[in-house]
Amino acid sequence: MNWRACAGRRARMPDSQKLVVSFAPFWHNGSRIPERNRQIMLAALPAALFGVYRFGIPALGVLALAMSSAVLWELAFTRVAKRPVSVGDGSAAVIGLLFGMMLPATLPWWAVITGTFIAVVVARQIYGGIGANPFNPVSVAVAILMLAWKSRMDFDVALVNYIFDFPAVFPLSAAKAFGSDAVKSFSLLDLFLGRQTGGIGAVFGAGLVLGGAYLILRGIIRWEIPVSFLAGVAATAAVFHAADPARFASPAFHLLTGFTLIGAFFLATEDATSPVNLVPMLIYGAVVGSVAVFIRNIGFFAEGLVFAVLVGNLIQPLLDKIRPKALGKVE
Amino acid sequence: MTTKRPFWGFGTPCLEHTQLPRSLDRPDPVPLPRTLTVLHPRPPEARAVPALKIGDTVNTGQKLSLYGTADYVTSPATGKITALSPMPGSFGRSFTAVAIAPEMPDVFDGEFDAVHRSPSLEAARGLLAAIPGMPAWERLADPERPIKTLVIRCVDEDLLVVTHQHVLNARGRDIQNGIRILKQLSGIEDVVILARREAVQGYGSISGRIVEADHRYPAALTPLVMARLFGKVIPAGRTSEDMGFCFLSAEAVASIGAAFDTGRVPVAKTLTVIHKDGSLRLAEARIGTAVDDVLHRFGVAIAAGDRIVFGGPMRGVAVPSPAYPVQPDTDAILILDAGRAAQLTDYPCINCGECVRVCPARMQINLLVRYLEAGKYEDAEELYDLSACVECGLCSYVCVSKIPILQYITLAKHELARMRRTESPNA
Repeated sequence: MNWRACAGRRARMPDSQKLVVSFAPFWHNGSRIPERNRQIMLAALPAALFGVYRFGIPALGVLALAMSSAVLWELAFTRVAKRPVSVGDGSAAVIGLLFGMMLPATLPWWAVITGTFIAVVVARQIYGGIGANPFNPVSVAVAILMLAWKSRMDFDVALVNYIFDFPAVFPLSAAKAFGSDAVKSFSLLDLFLGRQTGGIGAVFGAGLVLGGAYLILRGIIRWEIPVSFLAGVAATAAVFHAADPARFASPAFHLLTGFTLIGAFFLATEDATSPVNLVPMLIYGAVVGSVAVFIRNIGFFAEGLVFAVLVGNLIQPLLDKIRPKALGKVE
Repeated sequence: MTTKRPFWGFGTPCLEHTQLPRSLDRPDPVPLPRTLTVLHPRPPEARAVPALKIGDTVNTGQKLSLYGTADYVTSPATGKITALSPMPGSFGRSFTAVAIAPEMPDVFDGEFDAVHRSPSLEAARGLLAAIPGMPAWERLADPERPIKTLVIRCVDEDLLVVTHQHVLNARGRDIQNGIRILKQLSGIEDVVILARREAVQGYGSISGRIVEADHRYPAALTPLVMARLFGKVIPAGRTSEDMGFCFLSAEAVASIGAAFDTGRVPVAKTLTVIHKDGSLRLAEARIGTAVDDVLHRFGVAIAAGDRIVFGGPMRGVAVPSPAYPVQPDTDAILILDAGRAAQLTDYPCINCGECVRVCPARMQINLLVRYLEAGKYEDAEELYDLSACVECGLCSYVCVSKIPILQYITLAKHELARMRRTESPNA
C-alpha cells in the first residue's frame, strides 16, 4: 500500500515554519508571583519606614538584615537541595520584611538570622517551598524566638534604653500586668498613629491599615480574612471587657496594639496557609482574632497573636472542607 | 497574548465576547488552493484496503468512506486524490489524511441531489455529517435520549470569534430553511435561538423562541446556558442531550438549510481570522484548505515560534504546522505572536484562590490541581468534582503561578475515559 507523507506538504515546509504548540487558554491576565510580592512589600513599606523613623538606625539594621538573610537562606537552601533558584519570586524577601517588622529594634544580629533561617528554611523550604508551607513562616519564626529568647523578644526589656515622648511601656504587657486602668493613659488616636512601643513595623496602625486597604483593593489579599479577624478580636475583647472592665482592656485597645493590625493584613492573609472560600475565610479570621485575645487576656503571653495565627493555620485544611456545591454535583 | 490585569483587582475579570463589527458584513473568499486535505476520522488500517486510492477522481460533495464503516468525510472539491496518509490528532486520536488536487469547475456529486427532495434522517446522517458546523446527527436522533428542545447557537463559544453571529446575520434564510428541515426530520417542535441582543436584525425571518445570550465569557458555554438560561443543571458527567436539549451551531443549521435547498452538500467553511493585533476578518474557505493558504489570502506572515490556534484564545487548539487543514468545525483561526502567548510554568500552586473565585462551576481548583499534578485522577473526580468542569479556561487565565490547569483537567478527563473504556469489556 502506498501511504505517502501528507501530500508532500511537509516536505516543502521550511523548518522556520514549525509552530509552537501549547494548550488553551492562550491568554493570561498577566498576574505574576514576583509582582504580587512586590505589591505586598510596597503595602508594608509605610509601616516599616515609620518604624525606622520611630526606632532609628537599629530598626533599619534589623529590617535590612532580616530581608537579606531571608533571601540568602532561601538561595543557600535551594542550592544545597538542588532546587530551582526561587529567590527571584520575592517571597523570601516578603518573609524577611514582615519578620523584621515584628521584631524589637534592638534584637541582636544572630537572633535575626536565626529567625529568618527558621522562617525560610524550617517553616517553608523543607515542606516544599512556596505554596507548600503548612504554617505561616513569619509566625513560626516569631513564635520560636519568643519561646527561645523570651527577654530579647520582650519589648519592655528590649527597648529600655529608648526615650520616647509617650509611655515607654508595651501596652499589652501593661494591660496584662495591671489591668485596664494602667492603659487608660493611652489615647486611641496615639496608638493608631504609632505612639506606642512594639515591633518595628507593627506600631504604626494607620500605615498598616493603609497598606492592607491597598492590598484588598488590588485583589492581592481577601477582605474577608482581615475583616473577620478584626471582628473576632473586637467581639472577644468586648465579651472580656464586659465581664470584667477593670481587668480586661477595651476592644478598641486590643485592635490598635501589639500585632493585631500587622496580623490581620499581613500574617493571617498569607496565601498558602489561609482558606479561599467565603465561609471558611470568615471562620478562619474570626477564630484567629478570637484566639489572639484569649491568649492575651487569660494566656501566658502578653501578645500571643502569632500562636493564634498558627492555630488558624492548623484548622485551615478542615475549613477547606466547607465549600460550595459544584455545578451539577451528584450527591 | 497577555491581557492587562486591571489595577483594581477586586472583582472577577470581565471578558466579553466581541460583537460582530458592522464592517464585517461578508467573508473574504479564500481562493481554491492547489491541495485540499480532509481528515477521515479513522487511521489507515493495516489489513483494510481503502475504498479509494491515489489517482481516483472525486466529485465535490462526494462521500468518502474509506474502510466500509459509517465514518466518512466529504470531498470539498472535484479532483484527483494525490495522497492518503496517517495523521495523528490530539489525545491519541488519529486520522487518514486524504489530499485532493482540486480542479475547476466543480462537478457536484449526485448522491445527495437524488434524495434531497424527500428529506430523511438517514440521508442526512449518511451524507451531511461533515458539512460546515458538523451537525451532531447521532445526538439529535438517539432513541435512548429523546430531544425535546433544539437550541440554535447563534453566539460563539470563545472570545473574539464572530463566525456564528455572522451566519445569523447573513444567512437568515438558510437558517430558517434548516430549522424547517430539522423539525420535519426529528419531530422536535421547540426551537430556541440563542443570540446576542444586538443581533436583532437577523431574527426577522427566523421562527423560534429567542433566548438572549449573556455576552460575558463564559456564559455562552453549553452547561452554563443550560443552568442559567434554561434553569436545568446538567448533572456532572452527563450531557445536555440527557436533559432533552440538543445544541447545533448556526452554521450547521444554515448548512442543512442550504443543502436541502440546493441539493448540493455545502463545502465552504466560514471562519473568523484573528490577527496578531486582535483585529478580525471573516474568511470563507473550502474545508481542507491549509492554514497557510488562508493566511496567505490575508497577507499574514508566520515567524518561528508563532502559534496558530483553531478556535479562540480561551478554548482553541494549537495546530502543529501551517499545512494543517481547515476542518468542518473550525470556527476561527487565531494567530499568536511568539512573544505574546501565555507562558506556562511548573511553579507550584500558592493557594491564592483566584481560580476558585473565578470558576463558573464552583470547583475547588486549588485543591483539585494538587491531585491532578500527582496523577490522582480518580480521587480528583470523586473528591473535587473534576467532571463538573465546563472547560472555560478561566482558572488558567487567572493563575498567578501560570499552572496549565485546563490542560491538567482535560488530560485527567481523557485518561479517566480511556481507563473506563478499557475496563468496561472486562467488567
